[in-house]
Amino acid sequence: MASKKSKQKMSAGQWAIFAFLCVLVVVFLYPIAFIFINSFKGKFFISNDPFSLPDGETFVGIDNYINGLTKTGFLGAIGWSFFITIISVALIVFFTSMTAYYITRVKGKLTNGIYFMFAFSMVVPFQMVMFTMVSLADKLKLNNPIGMCFLYLGFGAGLAVFMFSGFVKSIPLEIEEAAMIDGCNPLQNYFGVVFPILKPTAITVAILQAMWVWNDYLLPYLVIGLSTNYKTIPVVVQMLVGSNGNKDMGAMMAMLVLAIVPIVIFYLSCQKYIIEGVVAGAVKG
Amino acid sequence: MQKTLKKYFLVFTLPTLIAFSLAFVIPFILGVYLSFCKFTTVDNATFNGIQNYINAFSSTSGFISSLGFTVKFVVVAIVTINVFAFCLALLLTKKIKGTNVFRTVFFMPNLIGGIVLGYTWQQMLNAVLLHYEKTLISSPTFGYWGLVLLMNWQMIGYMMIIYIAGLQNVPTDLLEAAKIDGASRSQTLFKVTIPMVMPSITICTFLTLSNSFKLYDQNLALTAGAPSHKTEMVALNIVNSFYGKAGYEGVGQAKALMFFIVVGAVGLLQLVFTRKQEVDQ
Repeated sequence: MASKKSKQKMSAGQWAIFAFLCVLVVVFLYPIAFIFINSFKGKFFISNDPFSLPDGETFVGIDNYINGLTKTGFLGAIGWSFFITIISVALIVFFTSMTAYYITRVKGKLTNGIYFMFAFSMVVPFQMVMFTMVSLADKLKLNNPIGMCFLYLGFGAGLAVFMFSGFVKSIPLEIEEAAMIDGCNPLQNYFGVVFPILKPTAITVAILQAMWVWNDYLLPYLVIGLSTNYKTIPVVVQMLVGSNGNKDMGAMMAMLVLAIVPIVIFYLSCQKYIIEGVVAGAVKG
Repeated sequence: MQKTLKKYFLVFTLPTLIAFSLAFVIPFILGVYLSFCKFTTVDNATFNGIQNYINAFSSTSGFISSLGFTVKFVVVAIVTINVFAFCLALLLTKKIKGTNVFRTVFFMPNLIGGIVLGYTWQQMLNAVLLHYEKTLISSPTFGYWGLVLLMNWQMIGYMMIIYIAGLQNVPTDLLEAAKIDGASRSQTLFKVTIPMVMPSITICTFLTLSNSFKLYDQNLALTAGAPSHKTEMVALNIVNSFYGKAGYEGVGQAKALMFFIVVGAVGLLQLVFTRKQEVDQ
């Protein structure tokens, strides 16, 4: 009854909630604002007076950023993070959707077993396969960015196949049968008819996997390691901040800001897909 | 159609299956076997029965204490995250102005990776504690509550989105009927709304449970287990046994296997338990 009116005017109670939510927004954004503000301060001022805004004395411009970038090769890390994320996600979406289609459409003991293995892999903690997988990757010379993408295809396969299969089940067979009668072979049928229908799920899978690969720390750290030039952003951040005895607080803050910026841009530009994708992924996973 | 498709088995599945075998199936099987071996690399394994499992439970390995810390953290994290997220979802379904902006802001921390998040919070919490001349690692209590705060900040928005979706599916005529029947607000909430969103509660509890149980990045970044391994969670403890001291790889593998069994069992129990509470719609 009040609902129609409230679209234009909010009641006192609603204003109270509105004010409360505004306070919460400040609380939620504060940690990010904190490192952003401090990234423009000289390193000694950060520890003495972390909560003030930079002023004439403490403001150092972009010195921290230049310092951090030259010290850590952060630009390279951004490049490798992009490279590994994009290639891995492309491989995952392309190959797992085909696999999911096949094991859903062809019913048998083998395909059921494969499906079960994929679902099972989602429950297993990474630590269980970590050591053996890294040794295997070393032996097969997968300890490079291309090899990493291949490993991500293997690790991401569980969730991706699971989600694609769920969707393939809902596609009516008649559509494909019509294409087959028209003389399409299974590959033409898959790429011409099925894959376009799978597109919404493909976007969901791509978003979930991209978030995971981009932020993943342990796999690139263990497989590629610290000594090469192929470090990704989380590895560089951990290296700069974690094991550095003489910490340059300014550079640290600046690098944290640079690590967050691409994510925020990505989020704001495809927010709708991300939120929908995450909900869909949660409900099916 | 199945018959024609059947011949294309390798075309459709081979790349995924090779990658999956290399990244998961072979390492998993090898891992189970190696948990009964003494080894420093995969090639020099010698069978030594259940010695690794016995060593895993010795007090020096820290497995039991890290498990205790993890359970303590997981319980508090599940309760706080879900209560706050549900309350926020309730507020955001009350037709407030700017709901979309609020939703966007609250969800954002979820996309930032654990390492970056952990260091961001480490910096901020240390700055606060500096006033009292303390740091995050001066006492395990700070590390513990720091981790709880951090996980709340990261996951509330995510769970809130799922709860909002659940709340929007509660039929309005049901709520109106309750109102007409004279149900108070709290009665409507506990007798109508909450039973109706039980599926969302199942999903959210499951997600918070498995995410906090397997937590690694945030733990490593925030305190790395300091002081003296008192804030070390199971995942970090396992990684430390693998790569900390040479000769303890087998113990690490045994711990990892037990960790997997615990995670699987707890998750399964939780799923069965909450599914029972769901109402048929």
